[in-house]
Amino acid sequence: MSGASGLYVVIGLPLIVALLFFALAWFDRRFGIETGPGFFQRNGLVIGLYLVLSVGFWAFFIIVLPQLAMVDMSFRPKLPPAQMGGPRDLYTLENYRYFLFGSTTSTENWNWLHIKAFFLTIFVSIAITILNFAICYPLAFHMAQSSTTARLRVLLLLLIIPYWVNEILRAFAFRVLLSTSGIVNQALLGSGLVAEPVDFLGADVGLYMGLSYAYLLMMIFPLFNAIESLDKNQIEAARDLGAPWWHIHAYVVMPHAKPGIASGCTLVFMLCAGALAAPLVLGGPRTLWFTPIVYDRFYQAFNWPQGAAYAFILLVTCVMFVLLMLKAFKLSLGEITR
Amino acid sequence: MKAGLAHRLIFAVYIAIFFIYLLGPLAVMGVSAFNTPQYPQVWPFEAFTLEWFGLLFADADMMYGLRTSLWIGVLVVAISVPIGLAGAIIMTQITARLRSTYYLIVVSPVLTPGIIIGISTVVFWRQFTTVTGTRFLYDGIFLTVLGQASYISAYCMLIILARLQRFDRAQEEAALDLGATYPQVFRHILLPFLKPALFSSAILAFLASFENYNTTTFSILADKTLTTVLAGRVRQGSTPAISALAVIIVAATLVGALAYEIWKRRSDKTAKERSRIARAAEEAELAGEAQPLPA
Repeated sequence: MSGASGLYVVIGLPLIVALLFFALAWFDRRFGIETGPGFFQRNGLVIGLYLVLSVGFWAFFIIVLPQLAMVDMSFRPKLPPAQMGGPRDLYTLENYRYFLFGSTTSTENWNWLHIKAFFLTIFVSIAITILNFAICYPLAFHMAQSSTTARLRVLLLLLIIPYWVNEILRAFAFRVLLSTSGIVNQALLGSGLVAEPVDFLGADVGLYMGLSYAYLLMMIFPLFNAIESLDKNQIEAARDLGAPWWHIHAYVVMPHAKPGIASGCTLVFMLCAGALAAPLVLGGPRTLWFTPIVYDRFYQAFNWPQGAAYAFILLVTCVMFVLLMLKAFKLSLGEITR
Repeated sequence: MKAGLAHRLIFAVYIAIFFIYLLGPLAVMGVSAFNTPQYPQVWPFEAFTLEWFGLLFADADMMYGLRTSLWIGVLVVAISVPIGLAGAIIMTQITARLRSTYYLIVVSPVLTPGIIIGISTVVFWRQFTTVTGTRFLYDGIFLTVLGQASYISAYCMLIILARLQRFDRAQEEAALDLGATYPQVFRHILLPFLKPALFSSAILAFLASFENYNTTTFSILADKTLTTVLAGRVRQGSTPAISALAVIIVAATLVGALAYEIWKRRSDKTAKERSRIARAAEEAELAGEAQPLPA
């Protein structure tokens, strides 16, 4: 399969799916499963065309085709441009082999560096997700259930300001804070708790704190929205029936806030695992994090197919996490992306 | 109520710690922007200076990146809001069987890590422009706008959809019965109804585009935006000029958030006023009906 024909597959497959889509819609209408005026009848020709064309462009050229092209590329060898589409441009697993074994041909040694970085990224992302949930839940509950309107406005405003400060600047703030001559170290030295400045950044404490900090608000807003819709009377009723406070949270508030919890956790995990700015700014040369490795495949090793394979591994991980969350909370996708 | 007091005290301490954690780092960075040492530091505060702001504005790359970022932001708004609108309208019209598939496709970019969106955009358009002979499209700004539009359009769609679901179709039918054409209904009934959501989504789209780094760093190719220049500067070393940029962004956010708050309050007030007038009119009408007509 050559390079150009790969592009045909990438474009052809979704085209067939789109045609199936239209056929299904037509079928539903033809056999009366769906009733009412037809699409163009309902919207008029001009607006109907605008709707179909813009959504079609979005769905195909912006979302689906690029993803497929990336997956397609991840199964190709790295070749000079002249040989692309030539006889040597065959589908291969060598990029994935490289991730596991650190070599495209031999399978003798494991590629521990990359594998370790990958699992550490997943593990730390999960830990940060749980930590952020623990930090945000009490405040979200307070804001949603027992805050006065005026107080709520102030709290929301205080939350929104850091929200729009760029990720790089947030990471930079932590570098200023935690560097060996930073204010935290000065305070520790001044109070006599430590004799020498602590190298927070070298120990990756800075990175993990920075990540937790950067995505704190991704947790609090979904939680707040979900808890806000809970009827106060339910909590009152539980309290009147003698439920202890932790019963109220475990059996009344949390089940109700399930979609918000799942949505916040998914966002925080996805953003942590895919974070690039924080590891670049707060990580040292020995920091293990997966995204900088992906980045280096492209711009240090100039091996795009390998980079595409690494990116696909990351994507599959995130998709699996989302599916796991949906399964664990017994939710549909529509409920967590509100 | 001793337990209640202890409870409240613990909670107050928790809130204080939370906001120190949230705002403290930004405050520390902010102070370092006004301190004289070369390396951003807060303590000891040697002397007050605005030198770092001057240095920031004199940084030609930074200013070039800022212009590109603003330009990309405007283009992303111009693309994402119409796409989000179309996406939301189609969502309400699509047959039930296809809705979940459609939803999965259009919402997937929100749950995809930014770097993957950037990578896939570059990979696809490099092939596509080569094969179709439209190499001039393989341009950093074009690719960045498309890459960012993938998930920002989904944000816009979700915002617009939330309002669209409250749209009363009777309004549309009434207009059609009165002889309006479909484009007229769209322009005079639906768009005015969706205006607040369109406005919010435009603001959100611009801000999301402006602060994006993960997607942009790949899709911008050889060009540069504010965030990519910033990332380069931060990697080279810490200087208070970066803190100065943060101070400007925080100040702009503060002004923007306050302006939005005031606008929101005012529009809430007008809406309340309007519904009060409408209710009064309705009551008057009902009262009129209840009275027996003079024979």
